Amino acid sequence: MLRAEEVKKDFPIFASHPGLVYLDNAATTQKPRAVIEALVRYYSTANANVHRAAYPLAERATEMFEEARRRVARFIGAEDPAEVVFTRNATEAINLVAYAWARRNLRPGDRVAVTLMEHHANLVPWQEICRERGAELEFIGLTPEGHLNLEEFEEILSRGVRILALTQASNVLGTINPVAELSARARRAGALVLVDGAQSVPHMRVDVRELGADFFAFSGHKMLGPTGIGVLWGRRELLEEMEPFLYGGEMISRVTLERATWNELPHRFEAGTPHVAGAVGLAAAVDYLEALGMTRVHRHEQWLVDYARQRLEETGVVEIYGPVRPRAGLLSFNLRGVHPHDVASILGEEGVAIRAGHHCAQPLMDWLGVPATCRASFYVYNSLEDVDRLVEALMKVREFFRHAVG
Amino acid sequence: MPWDELYQEVVMDHYSRPRNRGELPSPDGEAELYNPFCGDIVRVQIRRDGGGRVEEIRFQGQGCSISQASASMMTEAVRGRAVSEVGRLIGDFLRFMRGEDGEASALPGDLPALGGVRRYPVRVKCATLAWHALEKALQAGAPESREGGEE
Repeated sequence: MLRAEEVKKDFPIFASHPGLVYLDNAATTQKPRAVIEALVRYYSTANANVHRAAYPLAERATEMFEEARRRVARFIGAEDPAEVVFTRNATEAINLVAYAWARRNLRPGDRVAVTLMEHHANLVPWQEICRERGAELEFIGLTPEGHLNLEEFEEILSRGVRILALTQASNVLGTINPVAELSARARRAGALVLVDGAQSVPHMRVDVRELGADFFAFSGHKMLGPTGIGVLWGRRELLEEMEPFLYGGEMISRVTLERATWNELPHRFEAGTPHVAGAVGLAAAVDYLEALGMTRVHRHEQWLVDYARQRLEETGVVEIYGPVRPRAGLLSFNLRGVHPHDVASILGEEGVAIRAGHHCAQPLMDWLGVPATCRASFYVYNSLEDVDRLVEALMKVREFFRHAVG
Repeated sequence: MPWDELYQEVVMDHYSRPRNRGELPSPDGEAELYNPFCGDIVRVQIRRDGGGRVEEIRFQGQGCSISQASASMMTEAVRGRAVSEVGRLIGDFLRFMRGEDGEASALPGDLPALGGVRRYPVRVKCATLAWHALEKALQAGAPESREGGEE
């Protein structure tokens, strides 16, 4: 297990807010001093625009930016740093594929498959591109426990799918999907596979080559990094074939008055001045996570989520959604008889930060038959005491509502 | 308790014993609004008399304590008032909730008890949902189709 109290000391936010129990890590994580300092150091010692200027400072900025790319590539098992495209976040990475690949390649009647547990970021882009191209959007349903329905997966695949877009870990149910197995089957059936790794990369060891996907998207801010930096990893041969998503500076090779040719990978997909400091900060986050060890991070969260499940079940008044195993380090639940927003407001006053709402997964809320849920999501600085504080605060909510509502 | 200001006794009373909840027979205006942020739904139905007063008002819906209590309080504050006065009251309430102006004491009935919500910006949407629905119900004839929308 990680020594959460020690880890917490690396995160200045907890010094600013003593006693804060932060359990909204699936939305965004707190930042360790190492990441904050990397940003300050970059702006204080190396700031210049990257890739074109010939003076030493710009060379230093470029080197730091490209070194960040190499570290991120290594972290996710990418063969070639040129396959790592920096974006603003996972949403932009998914949109990049939707626009640069799907919008150009889908034909009327083609099929795109997604799952019922997708975040809106991996649903709405496909809805829109399918509508525009006259393609069909197919939904892979769930078993009552909240796993993907593999029979439906096979059935949809057998009808022919151009692209399968699925999450590796659900931000609501906590389900971890068997992506390597599903990718292999989908690719054999001729589909491209895009994996939304926003809820997996921060919490477990991910190797994009082992997963066998074609595209992999994630966000920096959910893994201790800065906001505004994300990653699209793609197979080189696919990225090579793709036209740019955004046009402008940096992404071009030769421009005449009439037309332009495109720069090499990955710069073709990074129009304009990139978020250099963000990339440097993300690399610092990667270093921090690697020092903790991703296996330990994952085990730590498993330990917390198992304990939380047990404590919540013991109360007898909490309904928990999603499978027991395999499960990411988060729990969606409802306190019987109390609306999630009332729960979250009161918990907030008690110093326990959780999220209440639809978690950008409205179709999944419809499937669960609830308007919203509460969600507690764990990370490296959370401890068993944090879980105890959560349960205590929930019991206060319960008592208050019992008296007030009768 | 630090949340006393939000969940005042009056608010919880309206939540647990909502006034004017249910279906209104033969309404002459109705609207349903949905807050996509939290899944709250409120439907407001009204009937006006010949003299331009809101003779009857009912609400239905599901949601958090604040959205349901606010709807209940609203029906009490509105019933029997002239339509023009109701329009003014809606404006006053919305400005009050947004913290733009208005003294709590200037609001009729139990409404001042919702003042505590102003400290919770995401919850202001819960408190104003029914009021936006009433606004639409006053403009609309009966019955109007469900529409998405939020403050």
